[in-house]
Amino acid sequence: MQSEVVLSVRNFRKTYGNLTAVDDLNFEVRRGEIYGLLGPNGAGKTSTLESLEGLRKPDGGSLNILGVDPVRQPQKLRNLIGVQLQSSGLPPMMTVEEAMQFFCAYHGVPARTDLLERLNLVEKRRGQFSLLSAGQQRRLALALAMAHRPQVLFLDEPTAGLDVPSRIELHELMAEIRANGTTILLATHDMAEAEKMADRVAILLRGRIAAEGTPAQLTAAGSGLTKISVSSEANSLRTDEIAFPAVSQRLVKDEYAVFYSSHPGQTVTAILAYLEAQGDVLVDLRVERPSLEERFLEITQAQ
Amino acid sequence: MTAFLHHLAYDFRTGLRDKTQMLMFYLFPLFFYAMMGLLMSKVNPTFLAAMTPAMIVFAGMSSTLLALPGPVVSARENGVYRSFRINGVPAMNIVLIPMLGTILHMAICAAVIALTAGPLFGAALPLPGRELAGVGVFLATAFCLAALGMLIGVISPNTRATVLYGQALYLPSIMLSGMMIPLDMLPKVLIPAALLFPGTHSMEAFRGAVMGLPTMVSPLLAVLALLASGAIALGLSVYLFDWDSRPTGKPRAKAMAALVLLPFVAVAIWNVV
Repeated sequence: MQSEVVLSVRNFRKTYGNLTAVDDLNFEVRRGEIYGLLGPNGAGKTSTLESLEGLRKPDGGSLNILGVDPVRQPQKLRNLIGVQLQSSGLPPMMTVEEAMQFFCAYHGVPARTDLLERLNLVEKRRGQFSLLSAGQQRRLALALAMAHRPQVLFLDEPTAGLDVPSRIELHELMAEIRANGTTILLATHDMAEAEKMADRVAILLRGRIAAEGTPAQLTAAGSGLTKISVSSEANSLRTDEIAFPAVSQRLVKDEYAVFYSSHPGQTVTAILAYLEAQGDVLVDLRVERPSLEERFLEITQAQ
Repeated sequence: MTAFLHHLAYDFRTGLRDKTQMLMFYLFPLFFYAMMGLLMSKVNPTFLAAMTPAMIVFAGMSSTLLALPGPVVSARENGVYRSFRINGVPAMNIVLIPMLGTILHMAICAAVIALTAGPLFGAALPLPGRELAGVGVFLATAFCLAALGMLIGVISPNTRATVLYGQALYLPSIMLSGMMIPLDMLPKVLIPAALLFPGTHSMEAFRGAVMGLPTMVSPLLAVLALLASGAIALGLSVYLFDWDSRPTGKPRAKAMAALVLLPFVAVAIWNVV
């Protein structure tokens, strides 16, 4: 049985003067899922998010979050959603503790010191926002977005500019939030992040959805070619004269012979047999299915 | 504590943390006050008759016209107001709270001046029994100047513009509003222009209602003009306020902002007639 739809966008349209940023956009997000909105700059992600957050008025269509219209019922919306802004949008001299008290007071809930502990911000509670590291600023923005226990969380480029440990930490936290039943709408440029975290993704191009589905569905719907990279001691594969089954494209990159195959099992078996016949010794073999990033590039280039 | 009080307490603390605001709320006006007390009391002893209100109005103008608008523009540009909006902070709080915070700082600075000008420099004291009138004139002045400062922040496209608009009121006020030179000593041709500035009305109200000095404008009329101008500025600030990371999107905002001068123009015309 499918979960309840908590967010729906129907025939949504947003224009700025003569520019149509979003045109006839439709999608639904179910309770407890992470839904990724992907797209190049100017694809309409921010316009969509800002309209759902009640910051912009749609020029057509309807938006609905848990039965609330963001335009007509902005006050009802405030306690249902949490928003981690791209630029965190806090006064530079506000301390961590003050920020938590300030936002919780406006949401009518007690300050969440437990969240500061969970996000390793307790030691920095008297630190001013502008003096925090990028990772600490992101964690604080996330803590504030979650402080009133929203049912839907909007994350806009949550890990942009973070180092690897901070990214991993935030990804773990996102998984934890989802496990607690919170729905997450994730806008990101980071395909690896979307592939790792999102249950479903939509690729936006020029204000419309160009592709939608689980990351696995999207990558499978592409050319479907698997990349096989092989390195051997005698480099016997680095020639165009041998034909392997199901290989549609091949190239040489550094010390690797690279094959794109529609049936990777057949191709790998044939390659190994060929190496043995040549008396060559396998050094490295890598089989990679197409990534979401490759599929994204395929879609954007096609359009 | 309510959200409003949390917000006000934070805003007040920021006035002490932010070096620029601290400078404009306290250091600059109190240094200027000390200099004027030391120099003017020797050069021009008549200055002492209205020194206390003059320095209070000067400090108030520094706090409101120079210190208040910049952070309003910076907060808007950095998306702070967008995040406030998403989290349910009402526009009225965003406009009112910085005004109230600034008025609190003004009150502290004014209290320091009022309590020390007599003992330190021999400045004249209010007439006996007129202390409450002094508080009333101070509040009318503070309300008008703070609302004007907020309006400057709301209509300014960037922080440079806030300096320009603020100085356009601040500098002429110092020369013309009776803080340095009594209004009746100005060339007659300049008096109608002087009456367009809030500082002039504030000084006239203090001089007449608190210090018992002669005035050109009725103190009551001056207070009413300050309150009316402040009310127009507050109303326009709320109306023209924009959450977005850009200045107000409302058309003819600057022309509308000029409406704050209407009460002063009316008093100037009344005075001439």
